[in-house]
Amino acid sequence: MKEITFTLNDETVRVTEDPLKRLLDVLREDLGMTGVKEGCGEGECGACSILLDGKLVNACMVPLGVVEGREVVTPEGLRETEKGKTLIEAFADTGAVQCGFCTPGMVMAAEALLEENADPSEEEIRQALSGNLCRCTGYDLIIKGVRAAAERGKELW
Amino acid sequence: MSKQISKAVRRVDAVDKASGRARYIADHDFGELLYARILRSERPRAVITGISKPEFPEGYYYIDARDIPEGGKNRIRIIKEDWPVFAEGEVRYIGETIALVVGPDREKVLELLSQITVTYEDREPATTIEEGLACKGGPIVGEDNLFGAYTLIKGDPDAAFKRAARVVEGTYRTGFQEHLYMETQGMVGTWEDGKLTLYASAQCPFYIRKSVAGVLGVEEAEIRVRQVTTGGAFGGKEHFPDVIATPLAVAVNKIHKPVQLIFDRDEDIPFTCKRHPSRITIRTALDARGNILGMDIDTVINAGGYESSSLIVLQRAILHGLGVYNIPSARVRGRAVATNTFPSDAFRGFGAPQGLYAIEVHMSQVARALGEQPAAFKRRYFIRKGDMTVTNATMKDNVILEEMFKAVDEMSGYTEKARAYENDPLRGIGIAFVNHGCGFTGNGEQEIIKSVVRMKRTGPHQAALYVSNVEMGQGLQTVLRKIAAKELGLDYTDIAYDNPDTDIVPDSGPTVASRSTMVVGYLIQECAKKLKDRWDEGIGVEAEQHYRHPEGLTWDQETFQGDAYPSYGWGINVIEVALDLVTYEVRTTGIWSAFDVGVPIDETIMAGQVSGGIIQAVGYAALEKCEVRDGMFYQRTMADYTIPTAVDFPEVKNVFLENPYPYGPSGARGAGELVFDAAAPAYVDAIQSLTGRNVYDLPVTPETIMGVLKR
Repeated sequence: MKEITFTLNDETVRVTEDPLKRLLDVLREDLGMTGVKEGCGEGECGACSILLDGKLVNACMVPLGVVEGREVVTPEGLRETEKGKTLIEAFADTGAVQCGFCTPGMVMAAEALLEENADPSEEEIRQALSGNLCRCTGYDLIIKGVRAAAERGKELW
Repeated sequence: MSKQISKAVRRVDAVDKASGRARYIADHDFGELLYARILRSERPRAVITGISKPEFPEGYYYIDARDIPEGGKNRIRIIKEDWPVFAEGEVRYIGETIALVVGPDREKVLELLSQITVTYEDREPATTIEEGLACKGGPIVGEDNLFGAYTLIKGDPDAAFKRAARVVEGTYRTGFQEHLYMETQGMVGTWEDGKLTLYASAQCPFYIRKSVAGVLGVEEAEIRVRQVTTGGAFGGKEHFPDVIATPLAVAVNKIHKPVQLIFDRDEDIPFTCKRHPSRITIRTALDARGNILGMDIDTVINAGGYESSSLIVLQRAILHGLGVYNIPSARVRGRAVATNTFPSDAFRGFGAPQGLYAIEVHMSQVARALGEQPAAFKRRYFIRKGDMTVTNATMKDNVILEEMFKAVDEMSGYTEKARAYENDPLRGIGIAFVNHGCGFTGNGEQEIIKSVVRMKRTGPHQAALYVSNVEMGQGLQTVLRKIAAKELGLDYTDIAYDNPDTDIVPDSGPTVASRSTMVVGYLIQECAKKLKDRWDEGIGVEAEQHYRHPEGLTWDQETFQGDAYPSYGWGINVIEVALDLVTYEVRTTGIWSAFDVGVPIDETIMAGQVSGGIIQAVGYAALEKCEVRDGMFYQRTMADYTIPTAVDFPEVKNVFLENPYPYGPSGARGAGELVFDAAAPAYVDAIQSLTGRNVYDLPVTPETIMGVLKR
């Protein structure tokens, strides 16, 4: 057990836990961040996507100890921001959401993309989302959702 | 879209889901939970000779058949009661439930599980269709290893083959397919106010209630099932939840504390039901001019160790055996064979995709054997209104396949490309035509399901609807609200529709078989009309609607003669491919579709169904390999079992053609499975166009293509 301090959605948190515990479990169970979903537990599906110092990572592959002193953003944090709201509204309006289990992770991946490239092409969006699996949509309407967010959020990214 | 109802609205669940607020089974707080893990058979076929367990600490439980209360039964009520809750003496497949280990600390539960040793006396397993048919190791069921067999006869197939100048034959095989819903199987059982309550990620709350009541030997009303937001299902949460609800209920019934049973992904892939593998042989009798005289179709599906819903799946496979064609004479035989693999069960399409795959690829091969373009050949045999179906009833639908073909041909350039690619070794284009029977087969809706829906006025401009059908991603919570709102003249957001709770809602049937929009939606439409008539009686007034079979339909469940389905959805897919000669990888360069779903209730929701269904089906055709080795699924993780990602396939370009169905809400037909049916045969037809050679089996991997080209 060790005390780990990091920034979670703009607030400082301290967790006393095994530093090898998966960040996914710490976020979901210790900190109540259930917007982070477990889809596979092996870094394949992206349902547990979060931002770690602005980079998209799978929380199931990150041991808690790694985040010491670093900045973590989950869907709970992103949804409070203008960028997050723009993405969520765009996803809702374009029909990008079906069962929804992959969606918070998709929104995180879209945010990471738009930070790097505010005006991505369809191909660039497909590449950026290729680490996030969806079994419902066939991806077409998710791609439209990201495009819509980019257009609506020209001032944001 | 011309109709107001087709105009897209924002889904009611979209913002909660996208923002991470929606709570799935693993996200709910049940307070102090116990955790359950399944002790599973490690052998495909064996007699259990002993089970040695470590000492269980206080608060930890080993739950097995001995914990089923008196009056209960160690069998799951699915269709037939053959599948045991807990294995007794023998095991028929790897992964069969032997016991549950339950306790407060997850790590300790896993440790106890690892310390249990089961000893077996192995029997020789049969794991393939051929081994099952040959009764390898002796029959698993009956004397011939068949759960059931059927034969449909139309016209005089024997005479057709006697007259034939030529016979074209092919055998088509499809493999297991894993649903890979993004949320794994999961359930929590609690004891609330003296009542066993199950919170489930599931499609059919009343199926679970029925199964659990049978196992515990209590009245169904003594069990409460509450569906929670479900992260995808595709048929995988139709019957399989019964297989986990029943042992869980036995545990909760004994312990009287909340118990959670949620699968990790590395349990969910190897130890849940999959799509039935199939082997279908088709022989076509042709006259000297190349006209089809008749067909003989032999369909076998691998049912696995227990029957589950395999016979109903088999029925749908053979009822779709002739596809969209009016074949003058036909014999369609079907058998569901027992093997020692995990029992196969429902998966989007429910047997139809296997039957349609075989007939579509075969028809293309017959066309090519005759030197004709597949689409031109197939179109000559399109069934029309009034023609005889395989069950000797007239087709009641107004079939608009020709208009649909024109629309998809214009979008895709199919006809010209098919001609151009005949001499292009690097490109190919394929087409497939399908229909999909909506709702339960025959008189199932009338005789078995008997749906009831209820509505209530809840405010000055508000109403609530009560049904047992679930939102699992397909958009039902928005679609049924739109249907109700239209009749009541309200906004769809003024209609309440909660996740079903069997203590509250009437049984409007399971969320399966492309029935929820067409059948339940129609009941909601009619119920809303009744409620509107009584609206002025004030807040609290209720209306109820019972299922009534459309008039003019007949069905004999003994002989399988009559109207197999009240109506069909219709579809065409065109798929274009290009070959990379270095890697033998095929890139899909275009996907086009045309669908007749009557009237789409919401064009965006339907567009989501189309893209999602087609991409799931090209995954089935091109990527999703699921092999059995030593009785065990060889692909066990998401890294091994690969589904399409965002970069694997291009955008699906689709058009809907309106063709209202009088007994569907605003004219809608079923659509959820139809959208899966055509892509696999269209993909294989494209590979045939590319290679100029016949392809028979799914999935078509780069190795398959290399093999085909070297032939």
